[in-house]
Amino acid sequence: MTATATALALAYLATGVLFILGLKLLSSPARARTGNLLAAIGMLIAVVATLFDRSIISWTDMLIGAAVGAVIGYGSARAVKMTAMPQMVALFNGAGGGAAALVAAGEFLRLSSANAAAGAATLLPIILSTIIGAISFAGSLIAFAKLQELMTGRPITYAGQQAVNALIALAVVALAVAMLVGNTAPALFVGLVIAAAVLGVSVVLPIGGADMPVVISLLNSFTGVAVAITGFVLSNDVLIISGTLVGASGTLLTMLMAKAMNRSVSNVLFGAFGSVKAAGAVTGAAPGGTVRSGSVEDIATLLAYGRSVIIVPGYGMAVAQAQHAVRELSDNLEKRGVEVKFAIHPVAGRMPGHMNVLLAEANVPYSQLHEMDEINPQFAHADVALVIGANDVTNPAARNVPSSPIYGMPILNVDEAQNVVVLKRSMNPGFAGIDNPLYENPKTTMLFGDAKATVTSLAAEVARV
Amino acid sequence: MSENLIVELTIFVLSIFVGFEVVSKVPSMLHTPLMSATNAVHGIVVVGAMLVAGAAIGGHAGRAIGLAAMILASINVVGGFAVTGRMLQMFRAKSEPPK
Repeated sequence: MTATATALALAYLATGVLFILGLKLLSSPARARTGNLLAAIGMLIAVVATLFDRSIISWTDMLIGAAVGAVIGYGSARAVKMTAMPQMVALFNGAGGGAAALVAAGEFLRLSSANAAAGAATLLPIILSTIIGAISFAGSLIAFAKLQELMTGRPITYAGQQAVNALIALAVVALAVAMLVGNTAPALFVGLVIAAAVLGVSVVLPIGGADMPVVISLLNSFTGVAVAITGFVLSNDVLIISGTLVGASGTLLTMLMAKAMNRSVSNVLFGAFGSVKAAGAVTGAAPGGTVRSGSVEDIATLLAYGRSVIIVPGYGMAVAQAQHAVRELSDNLEKRGVEVKFAIHPVAGRMPGHMNVLLAEANVPYSQLHEMDEINPQFAHADVALVIGANDVTNPAARNVPSSPIYGMPILNVDEAQNVVVLKRSMNPGFAGIDNPLYENPKTTMLFGDAKATVTSLAAEVARV
Repeated sequence: MSENLIVELTIFVLSIFVGFEVVSKVPSMLHTPLMSATNAVHGIVVVGAMLVAGAAIGGHAGRAIGLAAMILASINVVGGFAVTGRMLQMFRAKSEPPK
């Protein structure tokens, strides 16, 4: 080993250690920023060290690419609204997946231009990294388009979809095998890239908005795996370590999210959940149940004279950008001596932890945010459960109607509170298309309207009464 | 299998365990920053992009691939860390006036 190669390997080792320490520090909110900083320093070390790699002979493209990418990345990271965070993460993730596929493509090109007879052992990681990277790139773009509402967030399905997807997957495998047995024509490689990208699109299309926390975690994991395999392609340990860390982390999050919905990952991916409106009969709601709606004044009085209020935020809060108004309401209640807590369901929103970030943006201290298992026993002692733009995660049918599509999904037990107030845009069923018997509960009062406007007037009214 | 590949596989397998171990301790409150930070970490592919773009092999196609890889990887790295930092800056233990 030359001195440079040794220094390079040691620098990469330092990067790996800093990444691990950085992710470890993310387990505490107080030290998480340090963790992010350590990881960023690790990245900087790796980049600077790579500049000394002897295979680098040309600087122009590298520097232009870095400058363009940095400006786009930094600009969008500064400009993005917190409510749009899921699609931002999806986009950055897609960029990483695309880069991994391109690096593999570059390596394939190098091999074919060197006219070296590459064996299957060399080709296999190149092919795998290309496939997984391309799936992640294309899948992330579709996830982005859905979350950004460039296309419908509902599942897109058609007859024979599963069969078509299976055929595309088969085409990817066939092309990969053809290359492995020695057909290394560039056209075949291009075909492989296209087939994998089409597969990424077609797999994400039938997945609906509320399942996005699972999909985004899974795509994150995919990019991690693609990067790790790129590490095998380039014989680069730091890529293997980092990519694998991300792959493991994404896999874990994917499983946690699926578990929080009491569904398997494959059910989320292939179930096209929410594409069919469930018939009223399966909800268990008493036919002809009545829904009671109240006025802002009534609800404000109820809240203001309560001892404890638990707020349950959902995706509706994000859509309406109501987090700051919610914080104001919470402040006004606390000024009156009402105890306010927030109950966060693991899959509320469109990505893991989505609600926490929004409430943090609105300056709600994290000590006020409570996870499902911790808060559920407390609903029975709460005077009011205030549901803001959440639906399926509060649906009691998940607990007691075995025929319901969401039966078995752990929910927030809002119906155990003395009073339930539900802020909702209209009586339309939630994402899963399932009626919510909670709304017909005699304890429940509905308050219809835009979440932001309603919460703002509630906050003002609470300050007045 | 070459000796090199064995070493790489060892690193790979051990990293899986480290990844699960480290991440399983992160509370659900921080899951978005965690995703965003791991997202930035897989931007390490920028090292691969640098090697491809810097090697300047394969004529116009090679240069285009290198440049595109560099742009995408840089978006991933810079955007990923910046957005994670922005997010984490908002998490506060107690109510403080916003900046």
